[in-house]
Amino acid sequence: MEHIRRVLSVIVLNEDGVLSRISGLFAGRGYNIDSLTVAPIPKTNLSRLTIVTSGNTHVLEQIVKQLHKLIPTYKVIESGEFVEKELALVKIPLSEDFNGLDAMLKAYNGTIASSGEDFIVVMVADDYNRIDNFLKAVKKYNPIDMVRSGSVAMDV
Amino acid sequence: MELSGSQMVIEALRKENVSVVFGYPGGAIMNVYDEVYKQNYFKHILTRHEQAAIHAADGYARASGEVGVAFVTSGPGFTNAVTGLATAYMDSIPMVVISGQVPISMIGTDAFQEIDAVGISRPCVKHNYLVKDAKDLARILKEAFYIARSGRPGPVHVDIPKDVTAQMAKFEYPDEIKMQTYKPTYKGNPRQIKKAIEAIVASKRPVLYIGGGAINSNAANEVREFAQICGIPAVETLMARGVMGDENPLLLGMLGMHGCYSANMAMSEADLMIAFGPRFDDRVTGKLSEFAKHAKIIHVDIDPSSIGKIVPIDYPIVGDLKNVVEAMIPLANESVNADKYKPWRDLLKRYDEIHPLKYEDSNEVLKPQWAIERVGELLGDKAIVCTDVGQHQMWAAQFYPFTYPRQWVTSGGLGTMGFGLPAALGAKVAMPEKTVINFTGDGSILMNIQELMTAVESKIPVVNIILNNHFLGMVRQWQTFFYDKRYSSTDLSMQPDFVKLVESFGGRGFRVTTKEEFDKALEEAIASNTVCMIDVQIDRFENVLPMVPAGGTLYNMMLEYKE
Repeated sequence: MEHIRRVLSVIVLNEDGVLSRISGLFAGRGYNIDSLTVAPIPKTNLSRLTIVTSGNTHVLEQIVKQLHKLIPTYKVIESGEFVEKELALVKIPLSEDFNGLDAMLKAYNGTIASSGEDFIVVMVADDYNRIDNFLKAVKKYNPIDMVRSGSVAMDV
Repeated sequence: MELSGSQMVIEALRKENVSVVFGYPGGAIMNVYDEVYKQNYFKHILTRHEQAAIHAADGYARASGEVGVAFVTSGPGFTNAVTGLATAYMDSIPMVVISGQVPISMIGTDAFQEIDAVGISRPCVKHNYLVKDAKDLARILKEAFYIARSGRPGPVHVDIPKDVTAQMAKFEYPDEIKMQTYKPTYKGNPRQIKKAIEAIVASKRPVLYIGGGAINSNAANEVREFAQICGIPAVETLMARGVMGDENPLLLGMLGMHGCYSANMAMSEADLMIAFGPRFDDRVTGKLSEFAKHAKIIHVDIDPSSIGKIVPIDYPIVGDLKNVVEAMIPLANESVNADKYKPWRDLLKRYDEIHPLKYEDSNEVLKPQWAIERVGELLGDKAIVCTDVGQHQMWAAQFYPFTYPRQWVTSGGLGTMGFGLPAALGAKVAMPEKTVINFTGDGSILMNIQELMTAVESKIPVVNIILNNHFLGMVRQWQTFFYDKRYSSTDLSMQPDFVKLVESFGGRGFRVTTKEEFDKALEEAIASNTVCMIDVQIDRFENVLPMVPAGGTLYNMMLEYKE
């Protein structure tokens, strides 16, 4: 069966141990977590997890059902349209020739986030596959370090 | 009014009408035990091992349908309890297990008898709590009981640090409970139910596949009525024994690895499977691609994640089985013609006549199947039948004449050796008017043998019948069939004198080699009104048959074993 990438937005009670219930569920049943981000939902007792997972349709259906089965799970949003963004930080030595970097940052919603004596840190926020492309393209500047967030997603 | 955390535990149990708690004290739970000493609401039964306390609470829950309750201490007390929790979780048994924990300030320091208990129990309970403040305790205990018994039942673990059991706080036990995130579905979707009935009407060879959900939902009467109205033959899983009642002509028997021929053929040839609360366990289905491959499937289950987990379902119905079948009955009355399935019923009856469940009796040596049938003849519905795990368990499932739900107490999903004796104690405490029999093996019985002491001390007269083949029999059987008789570590010839052993605890023991001795021992054992052990010397090489080898197909059973 076909391997499908799926973004899940899971709303859970913001309480002790809830993250380990979710990660334990994925580990215990052999499901994939490609990325996971968590943050409280303002002015509520809830948190939102954005989980990027993959599997065949049968596995994905079970993942959603098993997530629902956890007692602190309030809602699992799996279908419909998502705006999905990831963030990447890349540290580039100042010794590099920055020719074309500006155009590239523009193309990927990027900016310079920080700088030091001998480096700059650029930041881009974009779709996950575009982040893939950016991280490939930025290699020509011989980055010292690259950090990538998981996806955050909002259903629209 | 302010109470200490420990007093709250007692009060909460009182509010939940708990009449018995099984447990074992220790440092971290001493405050609670101090309050146990002072109260008169419930009885506390001291087991001799924490695992047994959980199995006893489990046996109590299975026999009574009520929530079983157990107390254990932190660290090793809790880790000993884990097998009990996992056993109950696999079979969806409602329990609340309260463990002590080191004081909050010491959590994370690798303190004496500290272990991350909620971290360990998480995958083997329905839900768990680490209580950080006594002011939350009333709500947590209320939720624990509610979660344990509602929806798909299961064990709930509450870990309480020692300082929380001493902390004073206001105690308000909620009467009602409403959880923001947990809302089980009880009522089946009427449109789905209607479609299911239409599928039944359209079918020619329907079969009822009944699972443990029928017991948990207390739906036996409704299931029997539905089967009767529709004239649909039924098969039961190991967990569902007793739902239909063995005298019911519509019941073919147990299905699966050691199921009977007609039951497995019914599944294989059916054009419609009506699954009432089973979970399509691998010991039932055999090879999935060949499992009931001609059948459309209706699956009724209270747990949505159970539906479609193993096989795709044509007509899913999420809901409480009792509720759903109640809704199906009037529709079935209107539209299902039971006569239509007569040729199908006749065919299955013929299958049963060709290959009934059978064994060859002998005059030289006792056969385990005979012993089980004999207990069935002598005690029938007067007995609740518990088992350990292995060959004796399968023989009991096959040959005991079960007539009502909750008459059968066995560890199905996890297959926990050592379950039988403590579970039998729990069942006897729940149903004191019944004779409680524990069919066990010479392997299993030694895995919680210390509970003979509990039985004697707390005066719980259960009758343990050891079907003793001096082997770890089920593993030996597989070695015979599939490993060229290399009996690796399964010969249990080295064993205690079980008669002296039970008598050293203060119970009664009998060693039996003939049918006459068996009858006499059983009669004396029941009359003795104390814990008994009947060591029945059986044919060493008897096999459980028929058998579908693991991964085999239901329609291709091994009906006999030839050298």
